[in-house]
Order: sequence, then C-alpha cells, then structure tokens
Amino acid sequence: MIKLMRYFVVLTVVVTLAGCNLGPLKKRGQKSDATDTQVEDNQFSKAGDSTGAFTAGDKLEVSSLNDPNSPLSQRVLYFELDSSQIKDEDRDIITVHAEFLASHPDISIVLEGHADERGSREYNIALGEKRAKAVKQIMTLQGVAEKQIQVISFGEERPVALGHDDSAWNLNRRVEILYTGY
Amino acid sequence: MIRNSSLFIFLWLSVSSLAHAVLTIEITQGSEGAQPIAIVPFEWVGKGTRPVSLKNIIAADLQRSGLFSPLAEQDLISKPHQGSQVDYKTWRALNVGYLVVGKIHELADGSFQVQFQLLDVFKGSQLAGYSIRSLNSGLRRTAHHISDIIYKTITGEEGAFNTHIAYITVTRDENNKKRYQLAIADADGYNEKIIYTSPQPLMSPSWSPDGTRLAYVSFLNGRPEIFVQNIFSSKKEKLASFQGLNNAPRWSPDGKYLALTLSKDGNPEIYVMNVNSHKLTRITRSYAIDTEPEWLPDSKGLIFTSDRGGSPQLYEIKLNNYKPGNRAQRLTFEGNYNARPTVSADGRYIAMVHRSQGQFRIAVLERESRHFSVLTQGNLDESPSFAPNGRMIIYATEEKFRGILSAVSVDGRARQRLSLKKGDVREPVWSPYQVNK
Repeated sequence: MIKLMRYFVVLTVVVTLAGCNLGPLKKRGQKSDATDTQVEDNQFSKAGDSTGAFTAGDKLEVSSLNDPNSPLSQRVLYFELDSSQIKDEDRDIITVHAEFLASHPDISIVLEGHADERGSREYNIALGEKRAKAVKQIMTLQGVAEKQIQVISFGEERPVALGHDDSAWNLNRRVEILYTGY
Repeated sequence: MIRNSSLFIFLWLSVSSLAHAVLTIEITQGSEGAQPIAIVPFEWVGKGTRPVSLKNIIAADLQRSGLFSPLAEQDLISKPHQGSQVDYKTWRALNVGYLVVGKIHELADGSFQVQFQLLDVFKGSQLAGYSIRSLNSGLRRTAHHISDIIYKTITGEEGAFNTHIAYITVTRDENNKKRYQLAIADADGYNEKIIYTSPQPLMSPSWSPDGTRLAYVSFLNGRPEIFVQNIFSSKKEKLASFQGLNNAPRWSPDGKYLALTLSKDGNPEIYVMNVNSHKLTRITRSYAIDTEPEWLPDSKGLIFTSDRGGSPQLYEIKLNNYKPGNRAQRLTFEGNYNARPTVSADGRYIAMVHRSQGQFRIAVLERESRHFSVLTQGNLDESPSFAPNGRMIIYATEEKFRGILSAVSVDGRARQRLSLKKGDVREPVWSPYQVNK
C-alpha cells in the first residue's frame, strides 16, 4: 500500500512537471531552466537532470510515434565493447518510451539487440540479447507489461555500418526500439 | 517472346555459374623442412579425351598439408609410369625421397581403372601400390584417396584430403538484396554444392558425425531457430523454436544428441537435446551468458563460453549420461576474451577465438599440458574448425573488406587462403572422415 501511494506521488509530480513544460518538446541537449530546477528535487532527477530531455512519455499521443520531433523518435541505444550496461545519458530515452508504453498497453515493441562484428558470432548473439534484455528490464520496472516487449537478437548479423573500424563498430553495438505496426 | 527467351537464357546462365562457383585456394605459406616428393603425370591409356590431371590434384593436396614439397613438373628428370621403369639413381641425385607413378585406363563402360605406386627412392622399393576403379565424376575423389594413402604411408597419420567443408556464403542477388547460403565443398574447394538458400541470416553449421546431415541456425522466420537438414535429400526438420535464443547447435560425436543454447528460461543456457525424442536436458545454471557448447570426443563432457567470471572464457563441464556431472571448471586464463571453442577429434587440443591487444585471433590450448599458443595474425579471425585428423585448422577472417577462409597447420607452419570470386564466405566447418555419398 505504501508502495502504491508512493507511485501516486511520483505520478503526480510527473504530471505536474509535464504540465509545466507546455512549450514545444525539447530535444536532447537543449537546456530548459524550468525543468532543470524542478526536476532536481524529485526522485526522477536521475532521468531528467541537466540534459533537459525529460518529457513524460505518458502524456504523448500515439500520433507522436510518427513525429520526428517527438522524444519517442529516439529509438537507438548504443553500448560499449563487451558491455550490456545502459549509458546514463540513455536512461531518459528509455524512460520516455517506458512511460508511453505503460500508458498505451495495446502498443507493443520489439527490442532488437545487436553487436559489432568482432569476436565470435554466437557469443555476439547472446550479447545482443543481453543488451536488449537490459533495456527491457528498465522498461518493465517502469510499468510496461512483459507482453508488450519482445526481445530478438541478431548479434553481428545485421550491421548498420559496414566498415571495419571503431566508427562503424560504435554504431553497430546497439539496441533498436521498434514499434510494431508503426 | 524475345524478351522472355533472353530472360530464360540469363536465368540459365546464372544457375550454371552458381553450379560452378568454387572456393579458390592459394597457399600463402609453405613449410620449411617439407619432404620433397616427385609426382609424375599419370599415363593416359584410352581413346577418349584425357580426364582431369590426377597429378595436379595430388600435388596440391600434399603441398597444402605443409609436410610435403612436390617437385615442379619441369624439374622431373624422366616420366616413368610404373615402378619397373624407374632409374632410382637419377632420382637420388635430385635428393627426392619419394616418387609417385601411375596410369589411368579407360574401360569399355566409360569408367576408369587407376593404378598407382608410391616408391621409396633411397631404398629403391615400393611402399604402396593400388588399383582403384573410378567413374569420371569420381576422379577427383580418387585423387584425394590416393593423397590419403600417400600421406598415411609416409607419416603414419590419417590424411584428411577426402573430406568436405561446410560454410556460409553471403552474396547479393540481382536486386542487390543479401542472399545467405549454406554450402558444402570438397576440402580443396571444388564441387561446391548449395544446401540451403535464404534471404535472412544463416549461421553455425554443424556436421552430424556420419556426415549426412547439417544442423544450423536460420533467421528465416525473423528470429533464430535450429534446423537439421539432410545434405543429400534436402529433407529439413525444425528442431528448436523456443522463445528467445535457439542457437549454437553442436552434434555429439556419438550422433545421439545436439548441444544447443536456449534462453527460454531467462538467459542463455546450454541444453542437450535427444535428436530422436527431442527431449531436453538443461546443463548450465548461471545468471551469465553460457553459449557455444562443444563436445568432448567421448560425448561425456562439454566445453562452452561463459561470461560468468566477468569476461568471456572457456569452461568445461562433465556429463554423466547426458546430465551435468560436476560444477563447470574454467579452462582459459590468457587475456579477457576466449570464446567459440572447438575440440580436435583426439581431444588433445581446443582451438578458440582469442583477443590479444584488441585483435581477434585463433589460439590453441593443449589440454594436458595447458600450453596456450596464438596461431594466426589477423584482426578479425573467428570460427575455427579442426580437420578430422587434427593437423589443420580452417577459420574465417577478413581481408580487404571481404570475408574469406584461411587454414593453418596446428604447428603454425603451413597456411593457405580460400576465397569466393564474389561475396563473403564464413563459418567453415570441416566434415568428419566419412561423408557417405
């Protein structure tokens, strides 16, 4: 019960915050003093701090899935070599999607995990899955239902960049958030 | 109508060029101290056109092993076709230890009788002599068979010339879409045969120990699933399609089980599946990645990759009646990346993908002595596979932005490269000895 109440308090804060931020949706990296100061003193500070990207996904309409300016348009998360650790700066991207999905339980996604070409192919398939599941775990903790998320790993089989150097490898170690039917 | 017929001709041409696509082999490093051997072109006794040169096939086989150095044809001082014609003194003067002579007789039904003799030049005597019946289509096979006899007679070890490799190719179709193919070819790259074609990734082929079937992973249905296919009848069966990963199939040496990786219970774990009943037994239990199982030759243990210690390393687990028999023991401690184990047929060596200063290379661990050595010099070397006699390792590498295959002798002295005319070739797996045709 206490847990549930806390959830409501958090939700209220989120809704209030979203209400404050009525201007055009901010892109990552853009500063917004209003959000900054207000986010600082609630427990979402981690997700929303200094990047100014914090936008409550539960306030977004389904139509924003096709809006290139929506925070939901950021759908690729990148990883370090051998790692399935979510980068701090990607946590708010995940949060926006998680809140959107939690408030639209009929919408589902595929989390597609990928690796760069180095090392062994089967290990890379497992690593791609581990990355996608790390994203899934954060989303389900934020209220997305298990059945809304499907995890598929392609390992190194589907690179987006074809080179054999760091710049290509950095782009290929990724999880893609794919909305089914959008 | 004209359009149609030209389309037909185009299709026919592309089909026929596919049928002839072969891997071309180039020897990139010979071996010092290789045995000089003279192979005289076989005498052709027949009315029809002279068939393929057995001498060329045998010489290429022996040279690839790294143990022999066949004389160039212009260095042959005479061209005898049977032992009784040989003047041993003249060959001794050339310091050639061994001499191979033979004949191909054309028979009335169009088949051939191939006779050959392996001669010891210094002793002046015959070491081996055989007469082999062969069809025209089987002459390459007969030549590999002769190479095996020569190799075994001189070294005392089994040759692996009459074997096959399976591999995956990636090319572009006429619409520039990727086309994945599972193929097999003779160990010298000839006689390529396409087993399966898919627009989606294919990976991880594994031979059944009798050489009649291949297990592999296909993404045709949008996610990884394991199939088993007969290479002669093309009959295909879906073996594993659970939620999550269905990956890394490896046939047990006794043929009864497949080891595989499934993540249906949360994270990637190793299982074994009875090939007939499809009954599963879970082998590993850890929160980490466990994958890439490989059998020990007695089918009583598995080597696999796990990151349970923080980085991918190889572990060994004993099996007791195909159930886990102990706690897995860590095998590798060199560096922070050792994955994709493969075990030689005698169980003596484990080859793997090893990272050293950011470069991915093939390394070998000798199980008993724990001696660890890095065998290759590439940056992106992967997928090692032993020849069934354990002398060579074939693996995939990258060269000038293309995926090619390379082979290296276990002692690191002989090297060769196998490449397609177009596209990438990857994940080679050497067949067991007997591929029944």
